[in-house]
Amino acid sequence: MNDEPKKPDLATLAKKAEARELNFFYGAKQALNKITLPIYDKRVTALIGPSGCGKSTFLRCFNRMHDLYPGTRYEGEIRLQPDDVNLLSREVDPIEVRMRLAMVFQKPNPFPKSIFENVAYGLRIRGEKRRTVLMDRVEQALKDAALWNEVKDRLDELATTLSGGQQQRLCIARALACDPELLLFDEPTSALDPIATASIEELIHELREKVTILIVTHNMQQAARVSDFTAYMYLGDLVEFGWTDDVFFRPQKKQTEDYITGRFG
Amino acid sequence: MAASSPEVQIAGRLAYRPSRHLRERFIEAALLGAALVAVATTVGIVFILLRESIAFFREVSIVDFFTDSQWTPLFSDPHFGIWVLLSGTLTSSAIALAVAIPVGTVLAIYLSEFAKARTREIAKPILELLAGIPTIVFGYFALFFVTPLLKNFIPGLPGFNLLSAGLVMGVMIVPYISSISEDAMRAVPMALREGAYAMGATRLQVALHVVVPAAFSGIAAAYILGISRAVGETMIVAVAAGNQPNLTFNPMDQAATITAYIVQVAKGDLPHGSTGYLTIFAAGLTLFVLTLMFNLLGYWLRRRYREEY
Amino acid sequence: MTVALELRQTIARAKRRDVAFVALGIAALLFAACTFVALFLDMVSDGAARLNGDFFTQFASRRAERAGILAAWVGSFAVMIVTALFAVPLGVSAGIYLEEYAPRNRMTALIEININNLAGVPSIVYGLLALGLFVHTFGLGASVLTAGLTLALLILPVVIVATREAIRSVPGAIREAAYALGATRWQMVQHHVLPYSMPGILTGVIIGLSRAIGETAPIVTIGAVSFIAFLPPPPISTEFPFLNADWLASPFTAMPIQIFSWTSRPEEAFQANASAAALVLVVMTLLMNAIAIWLRYRLRRNLNW
Repeated sequence: MNDEPKKPDLATLAKKAEARELNFFYGAKQALNKITLPIYDKRVTALIGPSGCGKSTFLRCFNRMHDLYPGTRYEGEIRLQPDDVNLLSREVDPIEVRMRLAMVFQKPNPFPKSIFENVAYGLRIRGEKRRTVLMDRVEQALKDAALWNEVKDRLDELATTLSGGQQQRLCIARALACDPELLLFDEPTSALDPIATASIEELIHELREKVTILIVTHNMQQAARVSDFTAYMYLGDLVEFGWTDDVFFRPQKKQTEDYITGRFG
Repeated sequence: MAASSPEVQIAGRLAYRPSRHLRERFIEAALLGAALVAVATTVGIVFILLRESIAFFREVSIVDFFTDSQWTPLFSDPHFGIWVLLSGTLTSSAIALAVAIPVGTVLAIYLSEFAKARTREIAKPILELLAGIPTIVFGYFALFFVTPLLKNFIPGLPGFNLLSAGLVMGVMIVPYISSISEDAMRAVPMALREGAYAMGATRLQVALHVVVPAAFSGIAAAYILGISRAVGETMIVAVAAGNQPNLTFNPMDQAATITAYIVQVAKGDLPHGSTGYLTIFAAGLTLFVLTLMFNLLGYWLRRRYREEY
Repeated sequence: MTVALELRQTIARAKRRDVAFVALGIAALLFAACTFVALFLDMVSDGAARLNGDFFTQFASRRAERAGILAAWVGSFAVMIVTALFAVPLGVSAGIYLEEYAPRNRMTALIEININNLAGVPSIVYGLLALGLFVHTFGLGASVLTAGLTLALLILPVVIVATREAIRSVPGAIREAAYALGATRWQMVQHHVLPYSMPGILTGVIIGLSRAIGETAPIVTIGAVSFIAFLPPPPISTEFPFLNADWLASPFTAMPIQIFSWTSRPEEAFQANASAAALVLVVMTLLMNAIAIWLRYRLRRNLNW
């Protein structure tokens, strides 16, 4: 492990976003406790931890998905750069937040529309009507999601006719089409077979050059494979955060080590 | 009894007992018999309608039945043109659906995608109660409330007319359409909605672009069952649309529908077996075939959306 | 936020549509509610004056102010008893069969399609069935029995569907627990499934009966008389065997028939009678529905499988 490339000093890295003292409540139940976590620009940050640790809840704070359900409450801040806006502020419209961030879900959830319309949907609700622009952006997004070659001749077919892995790449293309500043992945491979999983992981690996990524995963190998940074969460607390190889090979906390080595979780 | 050690007792209890077996078989057969009553009812309906209709068509040519432009079965010069009654049925149904489909759909979308849980808890029982009101009462309402009300806006409106019957029928059908459509929309998985919300869609965009297309077959089923209900509705038209067989598609006219005609004849004292008596079965057969088509289509569509999720 | 102005405007437009739709939804809801209220108030304003004790205890009459609904409500009550006696056992049995016994075969599919179709057959067609079959083929006449049977067939699909839904909500683990203790299928149904699904079944039965009591078309079609000045003979007699089935064969009138016949009269005084009778009928059906709805909501809250 000594011949690792020298890692840049964290202080010199640009942050894309940062959670500060974030608390989150479902009704009276507190699900997140004072989470402070930086998301570095153009890097992949993985959130790991046992089921129910709050990693998905944390992820869904970023694009204000909790606003859809009654009885949820945020405290604290998530600051998004470069304009240093607090995503959780009451004055900030969740729709504007969601237009800057994109999300890929656990199970592929293509809309019951054609492949083309699925990818074009985000652009359409952003007011884009020009057919040529839509065509170009859809093609680019599908290429970025490594799906173009498989679907270029069947763009008008229903998205639900695709296989599970293809559907998930379609959902990634759908997210990419709008040029998101931050891409949120919520266990994107948990419903997929190993081959489809490998292709999605490869894709995430390639995407990190273009976009900042925050990914929740229950699969530690996956976190180790795809991420630059890893955060370990347990029962709503952030236990440890650091470079992925540090967290995996030189964990600072006993609790993290137990989880990583499989003694717990 | 001296020999009944515990082992023997248990063995005795476990032994195959024909009586127990027989009892189970008998019960199953009885339950099946009850379920077959549904089949028997359909067979009975088809049998009676066909038997009397065949007797009818021995006296009246089936060509005349579908082409004649008059319906005067009780006159000395009788005519039997079913289109006359169908025109009344179709016109009143069209009016009803023009009310029920938009209102029912908007309500379903509102209740499924917009309304808070509290609003829904109040609104749904109200709609259910509306659906529970006897149709004769709606007929009364159409004749004595809606028609006088409409006369304020349409001075020449006759006391009996298809318009007010159709409008009230529409209100009556709203709860059916809204509740079946809402069921279909609520069956759409939340994950699909979240996909759209995460892209920055508003509630209405999610509802119209994602939920409605996903629930399409269920909503279509709701419309079709609504049509079937409008076509088969009897008392509202019998009370409020007048009983004048009238080949018309004008909502301001009075006209008889198939159902209203049957009621009108059955109320009187036509001798059993007379041609006049037989007409109601021929009319009833037409109605049955019409609604059967809609029902089967609606059933098929509903099953499709149930299988999807 | 660094969101382009143009995009801001797009969002604002989309949000205005959202608000407009909410207004539309509330308007639709108010429309339904207002119709309901208008219907009610209209009946009250026209008919409330007629609602006194005599109205319930007098027969129909040529003179509007002396006419009452005695024969009508007694007739409706008698018909409902017959309807319930046939529809409940048949419907519940059929529901049990389809949920607990039916194999997946063509016969079952046929039964299911039939039930679904029957639920959509216009009620007047049931009237034609009864007219052709019960009245003329079986010779039962326009009697309480004929009407009760007709309405029983009409609400059978409602009872079956409600029974099936109630039974389906009993978890499979309960069935397995009963089987594991050595119960036969019927014992399992009788001791577990049926008692646990009883409230749901009851809800369906009440809704079915509330529909039957307001049904007009089928009983007009079988030829129920609208002017009747006697009651069916009482079901209990003073002589052995103390029970008497003559009431089943008796001619009758019923609430909806009475309303229909009064609505067809041109005199305004009869309209008042129609309003009053309609009010009574609506209150009866609404009460039944309200009980059913209340039962169902309570049931949902108490169910914690």
